[in-house]
Amino acid sequence: MLTGHRTWIYNNQPVIISTGTVGGPFEANGNIPDAFDILHDDMWLKQSSFEKAQRTMMEEAAQIAIKNSLIQKEQVKFFISGDLINQITPSNFAAKTLDIPYFGLFSACATSMESLALSAFIINGDGADYILSGTASHNAATEKQFRYPTEYGGQKPPTAQWTVTGAGCALVAKNGEGPRVTSATIGKVVDMGITDAFNMGAAMAPAAVDTIETHLRERNVDPTYYDLIITGDLGHIGREVSMDLLQKKNIDIPEEMYRDCGLTIYREGQPVLSGASGTASSAVGTYGHFLKLIKEQQVNRILVVATGSLHSPLSVQQNDSIPCIAHAVSIESGSDNQ
Amino acid sequence: MADKKKKNSPPTAQRYQTFAKQREVKRPLLKNCIKAFLIGGFICFIGQIISTIYVYFFNFTEQTAGSPTVATLIFITMFLTGFGVYDRIGQFAGAGSAVPVTGFGNSVISAAIEHRSEGFILGVGGNIFKLAGPVIVYGVFSAFIIALIKTILTQWGGL
Amino acid sequence: MIFFWAFVVGGTICVIGQILFDVFKLNPGVTLTIFVIAGAILDGLGLYDPLIDFAGAGASVPITNFGNQLVHGAMQEAEQHGIIGVVTGIFEVTSAGISAAIIFGVIGAIIFKPKG
Repeated sequence: MLTGHRTWIYNNQPVIISTGTVGGPFEANGNIPDAFDILHDDMWLKQSSFEKAQRTMMEEAAQIAIKNSLIQKEQVKFFISGDLINQITPSNFAAKTLDIPYFGLFSACATSMESLALSAFIINGDGADYILSGTASHNAATEKQFRYPTEYGGQKPPTAQWTVTGAGCALVAKNGEGPRVTSATIGKVVDMGITDAFNMGAAMAPAAVDTIETHLRERNVDPTYYDLIITGDLGHIGREVSMDLLQKKNIDIPEEMYRDCGLTIYREGQPVLSGASGTASSAVGTYGHFLKLIKEQQVNRILVVATGSLHSPLSVQQNDSIPCIAHAVSIESGSDNQ
Repeated sequence: MADKKKKNSPPTAQRYQTFAKQREVKRPLLKNCIKAFLIGGFICFIGQIISTIYVYFFNFTEQTAGSPTVATLIFITMFLTGFGVYDRIGQFAGAGSAVPVTGFGNSVISAAIEHRSEGFILGVGGNIFKLAGPVIVYGVFSAFIIALIKTILTQWGGL
Repeated sequence: MIFFWAFVVGGTICVIGQILFDVFKLNPGVTLTIFVIAGAILDGLGLYDPLIDFAGAGASVPITNFGNQLVHGAMQEAEQHGIIGVVTGIFEVTSAGISAAIIFGVIGAIIFKPKG
């Protein structure tokens, strides 16, 4: 089970039997509209606030994941979720609607993989047979929470990122058909003293590198063991910085197999500056896009490294630097196992 | 401030900060300045037209036309903000749309619209000066200090 | 001619703001606060009125004018009531910007929803 200091190997290989993904209008125009089960053409989703819209997306993603599987909602033992809004209320309310016992998490944009790692751990240890694991974010709700009112005309520098409006949810099960969760490495908080909240890619890159390095070492595999190593939301700048850092540590990941959800979701030309971000970035990218590649047998093994910056507007104003974390989960097709 | 913090952090973090700084995509300063100049100048030009209209048609003087001009510009800003145009102008023009009084209006109006979901009293009322607050607070305070000094110098200094 | 100078002077003030944004990495709140204080100081030195005479809206539309007007209001009252006037007169001249912002802010909140 535990290998090294912070890597779990899941001997029973929990299965992702189904997924549900939801996106907004901006995502519908993006690079991978096929990755979404539902695309809304209204930022409000007919709700009275952006926070409520986010809650609705989380509920929808969970319901789609259940519908896409062959099981009933009552069979799901736990719902593990979190998001970026104060006291993760959208997740809390979604858990109320779903009426499933609930773990609330916060790892900012790394929440998706923290939740998947814990779900797989519980299932691997016979703590449950079905667990819903997901997360949601909403562009306008996040802007309001962390930056300025959405209609405020502040200029964002080219290092800024665009929060994904969407939700991604995976139904993890003990047995069944689908991609298998094989291992996870839990991240440490890494703080390199970056204070610019408009440059989160550079702040998060060292955390991603630390987790990737640890994962490869503790599992004792080469980067090429994986077909793709996918980061959550490093964006252009974070990706380049992290590649340089990896090279300095003599970890050679070929450029084409080092991908970023934040650079996958949107098209060239959309005004997202350095790329996508938000808890939904890694969730939608992984569950909507990259798992599909596994199902279509284009790839066999992927390592998803979701990156999160754990600051708050308050901590930034009080001149604290930006603490970051990255959690890695490996997902494999299972076709080459037994 | 930033340098002081840098000195206090461990050497690996310092090295990383320098490295990250080099890797940061530079803000296109010249392009941004040209855009700020053109949009900022254009807003002031519109202001001059409005001001001229008030002088010629509504019997204001050059001195008193300032106030209705400002009010008119903020009125226009309300629509640009409400229809979601001003934030796009802002991303393009930077300081060009932030520094004119329309930017002040936008900061007040956008906060008011944004916090409507928390109700009109505590949401709109409580947050309307969320962004513009510092401008008013330090504008008033610095005006107080300056006027105080000036008054002391002219009234008592002359004695 | 005043139209030309309004454009040039107004644009130049905005360029200074852009430099504060990009070179000194100040956020809009800090930058605008500096501008208002700068406007107040310029008026304290008696330089702002000539600038308005020269550039018209180029000097009266940028937020620096807000600081200028605050000092003007305070000084007007101070001439009549001395030191007490400095405190009571600050908003005398400048009420247009703030009251328009409040009025249109509330109206905006009534008729618009954020677009996101």
